[in-house]
Amino acid sequence: METNFLIQTLASIVAASTPVVLASIGETISEKSGVINLSLDGSIALSAMTGFAVAFTTGSVTLGMLAAMAVGALVALIIAFASITLRQEQVAVGFVLTMLCIELADFLGNPFVRRPGPSVSHAPIPYLSDIPILGPVLFNHNLIVYLSILSVVLAWWWTHKTQPGLKLQGVGERPESAFARGVNVHRLRFVYTVIGGALVGLAGASYSLSIKLGWSHRHTSGIGWIALAIVIFGGWSPWRVAVGCYLFGLLKALGSILQRNSAFVNVPTQIFSSAPFALMIFALLLLNSEGVDRLLALLPPRVARQLDRAIRGRSPGGLGQSFIQE
Amino acid sequence: MKVELVDIHKYFGPVRANDGISMTIESGTIHGLLGENGAGKSTLMKCFSGYQSPDRGVVRVDGRPVSFDSPAEAIAHGIGMLHQDPLDFPQMQILDNFLLAFEDRILPDRRKGRKVLRELGARFQFDLDPDAEVTSLTIGERQQLEILRLLALGAQVIILDEPTTGISAPQKEKLFATLHRLAEQEGRSVVFVSHKLEEVEELCHHVTVLRHGRVTGEAEMPCPVSRLVEMMFGRNLPPAERVSVQPGQTVLRLEGVTVPSYRLQVQDVNFEIRAGEVVGLAGLEGSGQRLFLRACAGLEWVSAGHIHVDGQELTGASYQRFLDAGVAYTPANRMEEGLVGALTLSEHFALVDRHGSFFLDWNGVRERALKGIAHFNIIGRPDDPAAALSGGNQQRLMLALLPSHLRLLLMEHPTRGLDVESARWIWQQLLARREDGTAILFISADLDELLERSDRIVVFCGGQMESVHACDTTVEQLGYLIAGKGQTGG
Ligand SMILES: Nc1ncnc2c1ncn2[C@@H]1O[C@H](COP(=O)(O)OP(=O)(O)OP(=O)(O)O)[C@@H](O)[C@H]1O
Ligand SMILES: [Mg+2]
Repeated sequence: METNFLIQTLASIVAASTPVVLASIGETISEKSGVINLSLDGSIALSAMTGFAVAFTTGSVTLGMLAAMAVGALVALIIAFASITLRQEQVAVGFVLTMLCIELADFLGNPFVRRPGPSVSHAPIPYLSDIPILGPVLFNHNLIVYLSILSVVLAWWWTHKTQPGLKLQGVGERPESAFARGVNVHRLRFVYTVIGGALVGLAGASYSLSIKLGWSHRHTSGIGWIALAIVIFGGWSPWRVAVGCYLFGLLKALGSILQRNSAFVNVPTQIFSSAPFALMIFALLLLNSEGVDRLLALLPPRVARQLDRAIRGRSPGGLGQSFIQE
Repeated sequence: MKVELVDIHKYFGPVRANDGISMTIESGTIHGLLGENGAGKSTLMKCFSGYQSPDRGVVRVDGRPVSFDSPAEAIAHGIGMLHQDPLDFPQMQILDNFLLAFEDRILPDRRKGRKVLRELGARFQFDLDPDAEVTSLTIGERQQLEILRLLALGAQVIILDEPTTGISAPQKEKLFATLHRLAEQEGRSVVFVSHKLEEVEELCHHVTVLRHGRVTGEAEMPCPVSRLVEMMFGRNLPPAERVSVQPGQTVLRLEGVTVPSYRLQVQDVNFEIRAGEVVGLAGLEGSGQRLFLRACAGLEWVSAGHIHVDGQELTGASYQRFLDAGVAYTPANRMEEGLVGALTLSEHFALVDRHGSFFLDWNGVRERALKGIAHFNIIGRPDDPAAALSGGNQQRLMLALLPSHLRLLLMEHPTRGLDVESARWIWQQLLARREDGTAILFISADLDELLERSDRIVVFCGGQMESVHACDTTVEQLGYLIAGKGQTGG
C-alpha cells in the first residue's frame, strides 16, 4: 500500500512535469547556441491553444501536436530572425512576443474555451512498463511524456557527446572562435533556436492534450517563466535542468500533500507554491559557496575538475550576444 | 605553395584600414609583416584568412584566384591563422577545443583526436594535457594548441598575429624553433606579424612593412634595423635615455605580507618603494609577481602582514580606498578587465570620473574624451566602441583613463602589443609622472624594457623574490634569475 502510493506519486510527478521539462530543454538548446528565447510563456500558451484547436477540429491528436510544434518553431524563428539577422535585442523582442502570443491565444482561442476534446491516449510501453518500480514510474504514460524524457536524454547526448553538439557549445560559448574554426555561426543559431522552439511548442501541446485537457483563459499559467528560471538553476546542462524540473514537480507534489495534512491547515498556500524557488536559490548558493571550493581543493585535481563541472553550471559565454561578421 | 595578396582594400567607415595592399608569400619562407599600431596588419591578415571579407582585392594561391567568405574556406585552401588574442574556448577542454574544428561526423573520434594531439605535440615538444581546461594554460600554451590545430587541419600557410606578446622567453624560443622547422624543413609558409624588430631580424627571410594601410617597403633579410624603422615610422628614432630622479619619501611599504592563492603563495614579503622610483617586476608568468602587484592595490586578499601607503595603514582595504590614497592599477588583459568593449571612448571617460555629479554632462565628457584622444594620440573617435580600436590604441586609451595625480602606479605589461615608437612615447608619459613624485611598479615580460626603464628589478621565481639593480645587470643574468638558476654576481 505504502509503496504503491509512492510509485503512484512519482509517476504523477513525471507526468505533471512534462511541459516544464519540454520547455526547459527546448530553451536550454536555444540558449546553448547563444540565443535567449524569452517568449516561452507566450509561445507555450499559443501552441497549447493551437494544438487543442487543431486536434479538436481535425480529430487528430498527432496533427494537433505537430501544429503546436510548428507554432513554437515559428515564434522562435521570429526571435532568431530579429536577433541574428536584424541584430535586435533578443530580450526585448522575446518580451514583446510573449505579450503578443498570450493575447493572441486568448483571442483566437475563444471558440474553444471549455470544450471537451481529444487527448493523447494512454500507451504503456510493453515489457518496459512491467519492470518493478521503474516501469510504472517511467513507462506507463502517453507519447508526450515519453517524448519529454527522450528529449532530456537526446539533448544531453547531442550537446555533450557528438561533434555537431561540440559546435553548438562553441557557438554559444564564443561565436568569434567558433567562426574562426570554420563554423557557420548564424546558421547553427537559427537551426537550434528553431528546434528549441519546436520543443517549447510541444510543451504547449502537452498541456492542452495531456495534462490539463482543453483550453481556457490563462490555461498555461506562467509555466514559461518557471521553465526559464529552471534553465538558469540547472546551469544550462540538460540533465541538471531535468533534475531541476522533477525536483520542482516533487516539491509541488509534496506541497499539495502537506497542505492536506491537518497540521498545516493554517499555512497559507502561497508558501507551498513558492517554496520550490526559495529552496532552489538556497541550493544554488550552497553549491557556489567557497566551502565547496575548499572541499574540491582537497580532492585530486582531475576528480575535482570533473565534480566541479558536474555540480556547477555556467552560462554560455556568448549568451545573448550578437555576432557580427565583417 | 605560393600565395599572393593583390590590391586588398578594407574600409571601416571612414577608416582605411587596408588601402590597396599587395604582397607575395613564397613557400618555405617566413615572411615578416611589420608596422606601427593601427597600420592595418591584423585587418590584412583577417582578410587573408577569411575571417573578414575585403571590400576589394583578391588572393591567389599558386596563381589561381580564390575567394573565401569564411575561415572554413580559407583552411580548405590551406590557409590558417592564429589571432592576436587567441580565439579559443577558455571554458572548454583542450581536446574539445581541438576537435571542434573538424569535419562533421556525428560522433567525434576522441581517441584519434588525443593521438593526433599527442603525436603532433611531441613533434614540436609541446606538452599539452588533452583533458585540461584551456583556462589553466598560459597564453603561450594556448598558441601552441592553435598551431597544432592548424597543422592537423593541413594548413600550408600559417599566419601568426603578434604571437610573441605575452609569452615567456623559453616559450618564445620553442615557438621560433617550431616556425623554422615548419618553413625550412616542412616547406610551409609562415607569416609573422610583429612590432619587435629583433624578432623579425632573427626569424624572417623577407619583410613587408605597412603604414596607414599601405605598403611602405619590402626587404630581403638581413636588412639594417634603421631602414626597417624608417619604413615603419617614416623617420629614425633616437635611442632611449635614462633620466635619474632623486627618490623621495616612502610611498608604499609592505611588512611581512603573505598573499595566498591556491596555486602558489607569496610569503612574508617586505618591500618598499619611494616617490619617483620605478621598480620592475620580472618572472615567468605565474611566479607570483601578479599576485604581489594586485595585493599592492588591495585587489588580492592578504592573509598576514601590513600594507602602508604614505604611512597610512591600508591592509585589507578595498581598491576604492587605495584609489583614494592615490594608487591606481592597470591590468594586462585589456579587453577582459581593463576596458568595456561595447562602450564608446566617451563613455569610458564618463565612467572613470569618480567625483562627477549625478547627471552626466555629456558635452564635458566629450570634451575630455577629445582631449584624451588628442593627448594620447589615440586613433579613434569619441563615439567608437573600445572594441574597434587596434590593440595599441586600446593600451593608449587605458593610460588616458588614469587619474592625473597619483602616488603609485601599478601596471601589468604597460607596453604589451605596442610598437617601438608608441612604447617609447608611453614611457615618456610615465616617466614624466615621476617628477610629480609618482612611484611606478610594473610587470613586464620584456627583459630589455625592464632593464632600460627601472631603477630596481624584483625577480619572482615560484613565489620567492630577489631584488637586483637595473644598471649593473645584463639581459643574460636577468634571464638566468627568472629561470631560477640564480647567478647574480657574474
Ligand atoms: N572592426 C573594426 N571596426 C572599426 N575600425 C576597425 C575595426 N578593426 C580595425 N579597425 C581600425 O582599422 C585600423 C587598423 O587596425 P588593425 O587592427 O589592422 O591594426 P594593427 O596593425 O593590427 O595594429 P596593432 O599593432 O595595434 O594590433 C585601426 O585604425 C583600427 O582602429
Ligand atoms: Mg593587430
